[in-house]
Amino acid sequence: MRKGMTFFGAGLLVTLVVAVVIAQFASTEPDGLEYVAGQEGFLETAQDHPLAESPLADYGGDSKSNLILSGVVGVLVTLGLGYLVFTVVKSDKTSAEG
Amino acid sequence: MHIPDGFIGPGISAAAGLTAIGGFAVALRKARDYLTDRLVPMAALVAAFVFAAQMVNFPVLPGMSGHLLGGVLAAVLVGPWAGCIVMSLVLIVEALLFADGGLSALGLNIVNMSLIGAVVGYLVYRVLFRLGGSRPTAVPVLAGLAAMISVPLAATGFVLEFGLGGTVESISIGSVFWAILGTHVLIGIGEGLITFVVVGAVMRSRPDLVYGSPTFGGTRSEELVS
Repeated sequence: MRKGMTFFGAGLLVTLVVAVVIAQFASTEPDGLEYVAGQEGFLETAQDHPLAESPLADYGGDSKSNLILSGVVGVLVTLGLGYLVFTVVKSDKTSAEG
Repeated sequence: MHIPDGFIGPGISAAAGLTAIGGFAVALRKARDYLTDRLVPMAALVAAFVFAAQMVNFPVLPGMSGHLLGGVLAAVLVGPWAGCIVMSLVLIVEALLFADGGLSALGLNIVNMSLIGAVVGYLVYRVLFRLGGSRPTAVPVLAGLAAMISVPLAATGFVLEFGLGGTVESISIGSVFWAILGTHVLIGIGEGLITFVVVGAVMRSRPDLVYGSPTFGGTRSEELVS
């Protein structure tokens, strides 16, 4: 159990460092799909996302503080949602067997 | 690789949505067979890590970047079915909270990055692992290699969807295919390197937590490739 907690804690720390610190240095160039869409002439068919005005949209966009907020919120939400979903899936097994 | 709303018409987007729901339901059933108390926090952690790593775009060409997809990484660490769930959850959170990937395109993105990226990606990993002699020491390299291959595979999913349901008639699908393939082969190199490093780090510290390794300490589902 202790060993498990150490691994989990270290993994979460690395994850937060990636989302909050390393993400600051991420390239802001378009990704492969967006780049090809621009070159091939279908980029303009993209519609604005309904949440485009949210402070978390595009991971904070140009705002450094919103980028940090996005990293923390995203990591905690995916971690929490993942824990919830996988706990439910697992307990489903226990009830199916019992 | 997140498809925004508008690239693909409603018919193919809806069909992909149904495929995604069906795939997710199968993944829930299959993951149930091997999920243990130990695997639950690991799968949640992998979801958070894939989200974090997807935030970090790395430069690929002048004017173009790429980021980790993470499907093979997740599948090698927690198995293809839990990996499929991990990827789907990450894509749902990205579309609903971060406006990354369109809402009507969510099914398309789940088909490409979760069903192809994680499940087909794991199939590629298993084949390479068998061919490579099934040695634990080969796990990080072969996970990296499968990850490298999975990116152009997932991108080909987009080309197929674009060919069937693209909203601009005048575009040559062949031209889109070669452009998407070329750029995503390059992005795949980054995918392979990151997957190699991360799987290698987990193999060194906790080889019993790596589903795709013979050192794995838990139960497995029926393998896609024995």
